[in-house]
Amino acid sequence: MSATGTYNKLVPEPTPHSAPYWEGLNRRKLLLQKCRGCGRIRHYPQPMCPSCHSMEVEWVEASGRGVIHSWTITHHAFHPGVREDLPYTLATVDLEEGVRMLAQLRGVPDDKLRIGLPVRVEFETVKDGLTLPYLVPGEPA
Amino acid sequence: MSLREKGAITGVGETAYSRESGRSVLSLQLEASLKAIEDAGLKPSDIDGVIPYSGVVAEDFITNLGLPDLRYSAVTPLGGASCVAAVQSAVAAIAAGICNHVLIPVGRNGASGGRIGTRVQQMPQFRLVGEFEMPLGAIAPAQLYAPMARRHMELYGTTSRQLGEIAVSTRANAMLNGNAVMTKPMTIEDHQASRMISDPFRLFDCSLESDGSCAIVVSAAERARDLRKPPVVVMGVAEGHPDSPSVITQRPDMTRLGIAKAAPRAFEMAGVKHDDIDVAEIYDCFTYIVMCQLEDLGFCKKGEGGPFVESGAIRLGGKLPVNTHGGLLSQAHMVGMNHIAELVRQLRGEAGKAQVRDAEIGLVTGYGDMGDGSVAIMRRG
Ligand SMILES: [Zn+2]
Repeated sequence: MSATGTYNKLVPEPTPHSAPYWEGLNRRKLLLQKCRGCGRIRHYPQPMCPSCHSMEVEWVEASGRGVIHSWTITHHAFHPGVREDLPYTLATVDLEEGVRMLAQLRGVPDDKLRIGLPVRVEFETVKDGLTLPYLVPGEPA
Repeated sequence: MSLREKGAITGVGETAYSRESGRSVLSLQLEASLKAIEDAGLKPSDIDGVIPYSGVVAEDFITNLGLPDLRYSAVTPLGGASCVAAVQSAVAAIAAGICNHVLIPVGRNGASGGRIGTRVQQMPQFRLVGEFEMPLGAIAPAQLYAPMARRHMELYGTTSRQLGEIAVSTRANAMLNGNAVMTKPMTIEDHQASRMISDPFRLFDCSLESDGSCAIVVSAAERARDLRKPPVVVMGVAEGHPDSPSVITQRPDMTRLGIAKAAPRAFEMAGVKHDDIDVAEIYDCFTYIVMCQLEDLGFCKKGEGGPFVESGAIRLGGKLPVNTHGGLLSQAHMVGMNHIAELVRQLRGEAGKAQVRDAEIGLVTGYGDMGDGSVAIMRRG
């Protein structure tokens, strides 16, 4: 949040398929779609299961634990809202549930970044009605 | 029915490339289109197919070029893979007997108009990224593609200097081209000193934002023989889409692009082997994307792209000269249509100082968000 208190970053526009995900974050839970037809977990939210083509889903809470799959360290502000964050690390993470997520990673020095590094999800409410996930170093499972 | 040798590129046209044309996208495209039609030895009224890119529609060409009977129009919305995919669409329409001469124009005022990094936020293929990644700060292609390159580096030992070799080689080629935006030489030290954008991409790993237009005419093979220039025959052409096409984060193998699926189809259709390729114009929105495509195309094994480029293989005079015009990195960002135009010039023997001696067979690729691929193999007719 900027000093004036106005949130000037890009904000998501939830769809009927994704609204439970965003509502979950507001309750500090990382929710994933689980197919009621075959049990496959998928992310990001989509209307149909690509395995069995069922459109029925339940939402399951992820453990929030995973390991780094890849990353980038951004030094350029591609949007005015991220200028104060530079440089920031974006990590792609293999979650225990078999899908990936991407979020900012905090608390890991650049020279300690490596594939397989354990991380876990934390949450921060950045504005009214919007909670975002971020990543911190985690314990090996 | 195979598309093999059913179509040929008969005309190419380019405007001057710049950073600020001060002109509309349509006027730029009309200028390049007229040049391409004239290059083919055709009249505008001969054009009976149009595949427009973004920002303009087929009707604009009917109206401005005065096309009396347009029989075919389509769009190929594959981002940077669109141009080569449009060649596939054109040849398919020609082979089906729908039309004879298809105009494929691309034009943009990417530098003076909406900047690419901003515009992608509104593109439909960025919908999932827009909802789930942009709010977290992953906003631009450089950031979205960087994890692919980083994983390649971690798995295979690929280095920033190896990526830099692609930038340096491409710049050297641009220096030979009279219509390139970048005109200063680049050394590997210049590349290493260029500012970090999104690690591992430095400024000189990123392509340009440009103004201008490039257009081609694809004609029925049997009609191409009688036109002004030697035809450049499309031997094989294909497109391919990666797994998890909209989101790189969820892609099972982040180091494999859609072109890995298209390449075997194109080579089989063309009936040629990798050693037969004399010159390659490889879509180069970022240096790493060139390296990854060289691997996915089969010019070297997965993970060996770094040593391959470091050996000088892609330099003019090397085993496989790449982006002899200066590419998106140093000539101009014309969505890869300038890559097709350059391949045509190479195979006609019109490439000037960058001419690959005795170039008979060449390859051109496209790469589009978030990993769509297209490839065409062509020969001198
Ligand atoms: Zn299912």
